[in-house]
Amino acid sequence: MEVEILARIQFAFTIAFHYIYPPLSIGIGLLLVIFESLYNITKNKEYHILAKFWTKIFALTFGIGVVTGIVMEFEFGTNWATYSMYVGDVFGSALAAEGIFAFALESGFLGILLFGWNRVKPWVHLVSTIGVFFGSMFSAVWIVVANSWQQTPAGYHIVGEGIHARAEITDFWAMVFNPSSMDRLFHVWMGAFLAGAFLILSVHAFYLIKGRYVELSKRAFKITLVVATVFALAQLESGHISAEGVAVNQPAKLAALEGHYADSAAADLYLLGWVDEVNKKVVGIGIPGGLSFLLHYDFDAPVTGLDAFPEDERPGQVNAVFQFYHIMVAIGMALILLSLLACFYWWRGTLFEQRWLIRLFIFAALLPQIANQAGWFAAEMGRQPWVVYGLLKTNEAFSQSVSANQVLFSLILFFCVYSLLLVLFIYLLDKKIKHGPYDDSKDTDRPLTESISKVFTKN
Amino acid sequence: METFLGLDYPTWWFLVVGGLFSGYAILDGFDFGAGAWHLFFKKEINRRIALNAVGPVWDGNEVWLVIGGGALFAGFPIMYAALFSSMYIPFILFLVFIIFRAIAIEFRGKEEMKWWKKTWDILYSISSIMLAFLLGVVLGNVLQGIAIGKDYIYQGSGFFEFLNPYALVVGITTLALFMMHGAIFLLMKTEGKMYEKLLFLLKRGMLFFVISFALMSLYTFLYLPQLSATFIEDPILFVVPVLAVLSIANVPRLASKKKFLYAFVFSSITIALLLILVALELYPNMLISTVDPAYTIDIYNAASSTKTLKIMLIFAAIGTPLVIAYTTFVYITFRGKVQLDETSY
Ligand code: HDD
Ligand code: HEM
Ligand code: HEM
Repeated sequence: MEVEILARIQFAFTIAFHYIYPPLSIGIGLLLVIFESLYNITKNKEYHILAKFWTKIFALTFGIGVVTGIVMEFEFGTNWATYSMYVGDVFGSALAAEGIFAFALESGFLGILLFGWNRVKPWVHLVSTIGVFFGSMFSAVWIVVANSWQQTPAGYHIVGEGIHARAEITDFWAMVFNPSSMDRLFHVWMGAFLAGAFLILSVHAFYLIKGRYVELSKRAFKITLVVATVFALAQLESGHISAEGVAVNQPAKLAALEGHYADSAAADLYLLGWVDEVNKKVVGIGIPGGLSFLLHYDFDAPVTGLDAFPEDERPGQVNAVFQFYHIMVAIGMALILLSLLACFYWWRGTLFEQRWLIRLFIFAALLPQIANQAGWFAAEMGRQPWVVYGLLKTNEAFSQSVSANQVLFSLILFFCVYSLLLVLFIYLLDKKIKHGPYDDSKDTDRPLTESISKVFTKN
Repeated sequence: METFLGLDYPTWWFLVVGGLFSGYAILDGFDFGAGAWHLFFKKEINRRIALNAVGPVWDGNEVWLVIGGGALFAGFPIMYAALFSSMYIPFILFLVFIIFRAIAIEFRGKEEMKWWKKTWDILYSISSIMLAFLLGVVLGNVLQGIAIGKDYIYQGSGFFEFLNPYALVVGITTLALFMMHGAIFLLMKTEGKMYEKLLFLLKRGMLFFVISFALMSLYTFLYLPQLSATFIEDPILFVVPVLAVLSIANVPRLASKKKFLYAFVFSSITIALLLILVALELYPNMLISTVDPAYTIDIYNAASSTKTLKIMLIFAAIGTPLVIAYTTFVYITFRGKVQLDETSY
């Protein structure tokens, strides 16, 4: 196989693996801040137990996020040398800013978050938790800015020619606030909140079904449900704004998202479908003219299709882009439905009697994960054949001096190591969940409120 | 070229990157060093103490690598691209060992089985050793220059070209330096029997370092005379190697007086001085081409635009005090001898 293909597989594999963990860390981080603030305000020990329990799981996701992230940072140099020279002026500064402002904040306070429970005052601990959470939010800022710049470049000019051509910043803030960065940042943040919130919902749903830590889990479930509902709804709006941006800035990508080929005709919106790339048609169910309506509030408005672009300037795998995009949107809808339904029963006061719904929540933790991955795959594959949209092609971007053998070697190595990481992660997560927030075989360890409430509710 | 306080911007950024890598070598140096000694401790409790000595700080230490890498990418993208793509295999191995080391720290304490702990102990120690060694190997290659050709493309061949004799010597010396540094760090963190054992290990470590350092210096002097050119042109700069040797000599002196905090300060200074030495030998070059001097990468042909460098210097000026403040806060919170509690590894 060629170096280019191998390098792309390696990049996709390592980043997709990395991207399992950061969203969990960011999302759990948000809820840690909420639980711990509630503890500081109310002094209710239950919140303390929740914060401590989720800190342990946070430590796990964070640890794997760090090591797989370091791989990402250096992979640009090892595998994408030409790309690195081309964009270093722009991209490197975002990456360096990430290190200085985000990672240092995160790991500076991490030691106290994880090991400082007995060493510092509760409010100092809370400040550290907030520090770690902000750090993880900031790291998303810079990396998404960098990625958005390569999707919609702005604030730069090109100097030099041929292999020596490169982008240089002319306007730093125009680079940071490039046309897609803010839309995508909010979308990514909220995707991360959803990933964290649904994991927490899932674990507490599991306890509720098993009848363990019942009072504690009810409390955690309700708080987290609020977070999940708010962001599931907001994510729809944010996704819509992103799509409008894509229509303006990356029309070829938008056309691929809905499998729209015709040069200039009304475009449909599909619920489900299959793109027949040979006959340039989509077979599926959807709303005729739906995409035109979403973009222009008119079912007949023309939308630029893939045929308007030369063969070598449009995404190669339209069906894959289409499917990834539709999986994400379908999951977005499912999350809204699920959380609104739960809120409805909560309002009726019967949430925890709907065991089928609680059971569903156990499995729902996978949904935001899948949507996050699918979203990135749609966005990145829809960007092809460009690495930097409209400027540099992927097939010119990889390291000229690296041989296919070397990349194959590293790909296999990463595959083995990451498989081991995944197995360990799942094993330890499972163990921590089974072990629970405290030892429930000993009565004395229970928080006071839980035993009192047991007297009242008799269950 | 535009200057600021008499130095041009690429030179400023060269100093920033150099400072970050020195910080990284000092900080991760002691935890790689501590890891390298790990298997010398036989009792479970001692291994836990050793691990928890670095427990709250190793992750923060690695951030210096992340920032240093980002700074190199931002300021000298061509150097970043050329270095990492030509040293492909050593850097990939480095990344894999970084992963193993981190998961060994995280996962070792999660199960009680003997074989589980033993496996992670071995992985932890081997990866610490390999990390220190690989850093040295890369440094050795940078010092002697590599086969950079036209368009900054590496022309060397083969998987194992990076493993040449000079690079091996530098690799071993780096390992020895970090082991000495790590032993001193552990001495500040331990008491009782373990402390006694470490005193003995430190002596061995210092011997190991002094011998390998002497060997490396001789080798450099004979094999890479061009590196000494800077000092012959500008004899004032001889101060640096002289200080480095004095500072090395100071470490055993302080250690024998059991002033480990000071010994640690001096082993840190030693690392910094040795890196300054490297910087002086190279400046303004960064990656010397062994194919043709015209292809050598220096701080001018590798640099980003002056505008970017200026922006980044502002970032660095804001960021550095913050980073130092968090780092100090963490080290103060966890100062003193290791105490194990329920949150320890
Ligand atoms: C949405 C956010 C997001 C995205 C898109 C990415 N990351 Fe990431 N990354 C994080 C959010 C994050 C994080 C949440 O901040 C992590 C997880 C654990 C941690 O320490 O920080 C992290 C860790 C992390 C680290 C280790 C930092 C440390 O030592 O503390 C590096 C070097 C990177 N990432 C680099 C990358 C690169 C080069 C990416 C893209 C190609 C990337 N990340 C995508
Ligand atoms: C974190 C979530 C991300 C995921 C899941 C992701 C996914 C992918 C995938 C699937 C590819 C391969 C596309 C293909 O070859 O068809 C790819 C390529 C790439 N992505 Fe991303 N990406 C992510 C973030 C980023 C970020 C934040 C950046 C840069 C700042 C980035 C830069 C690149 C580059 C340089 C390539 C290689 C060239 C290419 O194939 O386009 N990615 N990514
Ligand atoms: C509810 C309906 C949704 C719509 C209409 C939508 C829309 C979009 C669009 C148009 C993009 C491409 C943006 C670009 O390429 O610039 C995108 C990307 C993405 N989506 Fe969604 N999305 C939705 C739901 C979700 C959900 C529920 C998640 C995760 C929980 C998610 C996670 C992502 C991620 C991680 C990306 C890649 C980053 C980015 O490009 O912003 N999306 N989404």
